[in-house]
Amino acid sequence: MKKNPSQDSSHQSPSDLPIKTGAEIIVATLIEQGVEIIFGYPGGVVLPLFDKLYDAPIRFIIPRHEQGGCHMADGYARASGKVGVVITTSGPGACNLTTGIANAMMDSVPIVALTGQVRTELIGNDAFQEADTTGVTRPITKHNMIVKDVKDLQQSIREAFYIAKTGRPGPVLIDVPVDIEVAKCQMQPLKEINLAGYKPQQKGHLRQIKMAAEAINKSDKPVVYVGGGVVSADAAEELRALAQKANLPVTMTLLGLGSYDQRRPESLDMLGMHGTAYANFAVQECDLLIAVGARFDDRVTGKVKTFAPDAKIIHIDIDPSSISKNVAVDIPVVGDAKFILTELAKEVRHKERKEWFDKIADWKNRFPLRYDTKSTNIKPQYVIEQICEAAKSEAIIVTGVGQHQMWTAQFYKHTKPRHFITSGGLGTMGFGLPAAIGAQAAKPDALVIDIDGDSSFNMTLTEVSTAVQYELPVKVCIINNGYMGMVRQWQELFYNKRYSKSYLKNPEFAAVAQALGAVGITVEKKSEVKNAIAKMLNEKKPCVVDFKVEREENVWPMVATGKSLHEMDGLDIFESMA
Amino acid sequence: MKHIISALVQNKPGVLAHVAGMFAARAFNIDSLAVGRTDDPAMSRMTIVVVGDDKVVEQVRKQLAKIIDVVKIQDFSGREVIARDLMLICVHISPEKRPEILALVEMFKAKVVDIGQKFVMVEVAGPEEKIESFIEACRPYGIKNMVRTGTVAMGRFDRPGAADNQ
Repeated sequence: MKKNPSQDSSHQSPSDLPIKTGAEIIVATLIEQGVEIIFGYPGGVVLPLFDKLYDAPIRFIIPRHEQGGCHMADGYARASGKVGVVITTSGPGACNLTTGIANAMMDSVPIVALTGQVRTELIGNDAFQEADTTGVTRPITKHNMIVKDVKDLQQSIREAFYIAKTGRPGPVLIDVPVDIEVAKCQMQPLKEINLAGYKPQQKGHLRQIKMAAEAINKSDKPVVYVGGGVVSADAAEELRALAQKANLPVTMTLLGLGSYDQRRPESLDMLGMHGTAYANFAVQECDLLIAVGARFDDRVTGKVKTFAPDAKIIHIDIDPSSISKNVAVDIPVVGDAKFILTELAKEVRHKERKEWFDKIADWKNRFPLRYDTKSTNIKPQYVIEQICEAAKSEAIIVTGVGQHQMWTAQFYKHTKPRHFITSGGLGTMGFGLPAAIGAQAAKPDALVIDIDGDSSFNMTLTEVSTAVQYELPVKVCIINNGYMGMVRQWQELFYNKRYSKSYLKNPEFAAVAQALGAVGITVEKKSEVKNAIAKMLNEKKPCVVDFKVEREENVWPMVATGKSLHEMDGLDIFESMA
Repeated sequence: MKHIISALVQNKPGVLAHVAGMFAARAFNIDSLAVGRTDDPAMSRMTIVVVGDDKVVEQVRKQLAKIIDVVKIQDFSGREVIARDLMLICVHISPEKRPEILALVEMFKAKVVDIGQKFVMVEVAGPEEKIESFIEACRPYGIKNMVRTGTVAMGRFDRPGAADNQ
């Protein structure tokens, strides 16, 4: 954290601390909390605050729409591991945040949202730009509060950061009426936060850890199933150590991707609805499933009743309410994944498990992810493989939601945590570009590529001008099939190919990008793909590459709704391509 | 099956809405919810009666615990509890039949709190079954109006297995 006046002041006696306005207190407390970048949009009731931000030592990035600002804070938080901050005005400003807040909630991303509110005495009067912001956001935040006394302001902000980043992370919203921004009060010294109703358990129960280790040592056919919790706990290294010491195969959820190097032989890649056949078969046949920071989402389990039917289940999670929510757990361990995996690694022994690994190798051989490589059309999977190769798996990859997202999960080799940023739980189309901008702001020197769908990109493409204005050189690769691809795929498979309202007349994205001040490239031939990617990587400016891909390609394999994980469609298609 | 859960919460605006909203959002079934301040004015106590199996109640408990303003939760499942409801009930009764209702009041250890030309208002407190029985006993006369608090409860002292949850 930077040295700053308010921190120094913590050594002073409280009576020496200066008297400041609410707006000044907000800025000082944000600096105290280590905030370097804020995303946000001004408006009537936050003008006192924006006046104080005018000369604050904080980078400020203005999105074109508050939703974009919230996704930027989200992408910033996921790429950096810090808390993302977004500030908007009351009413429409606050309401426009909701999709972004819900997205951060579902994927456990630490965000602090500060919203302005109408004057305290007007609250409840249907005042201009008034909305019941805490009421609207209560079910989609980890916590929210309205500050009605300037004396509570500083502590509320500190608590917001503490709640957002500890335990299972999540978004916290603070609603600040405009009269509180101008009211004055004395700054308060920094003290330890003590919330009666919030004591996240950090250390796992050692007896439970011992039981888990015994189960692992006994198991002949174990599988580790890793979720986003390992990424947010920064526990990828501890996971690697455990898996390699005990010799365990590892599969990941969409949000878990990056937590285990997919180039390693123990990696089973992603499981679930569009997971690999070898991951899904392994889960269904394992005798021990070790879930770490994952929540048994319906997209992962398929039909819950027949999920991992022969397995004993260990569940390591910081959120007690995730345990035995969807699937009954045999050995729960509540706590921080980093701590628990470290302790667990001490207790486990190496075991060869040759038969099990042979079986997995056989599945990998028989059912690798495939697509028609001989096709002369641009196959979406081909584009993603080429991006992966050109970026040497080093880029921070961000996606929108849909087919392109699944192909990116499948065909890009993810190797590092915090290098794959995607909207998992909420499935928010339009997340890609703004989240990529946030990630680029967090990591100015990193290569950030948004692999997006044409419809997803269309939802928030206005943020290209944000990237241009702030010289954030994000790269956008549009997997453009001219459809809402995943909707179309379901309509093809389950609705008799009646493509009801899943088609949009797109603009020429390259021309739009150019008009917004970025570089725009259109790719219509397979032979141009590699060159276009090379050109994009050489660009210093934000760059949008529009790949006109095969229009009706499907994502395989697929576990249809209500089917068990091993009942995958599409394996025959893979075999026909072998 | 009915379960009684008691939650100590911060006495702040929005907490009741949060708890009630969480129940609705997660499709938990509330039978009753009673809230009131405690001896500490900063704290309120909610007594929630939920309908569901053990698995549902476990989730209810965990989801309640997740709410930052919920400080402590007690699940009275499997414990001996003192559980009470309070009811005010207005019964249609002509003056000549008053002795009948007074006999009922006596029998139920209830209390007449107001009396009009055609109605009596009775206060009844006690376990839910007692309240239900009183309602049934009054039904033939005609119930004009009634209001109940919902169950409030406390665990009995010093029983084995009476450890607090969470």
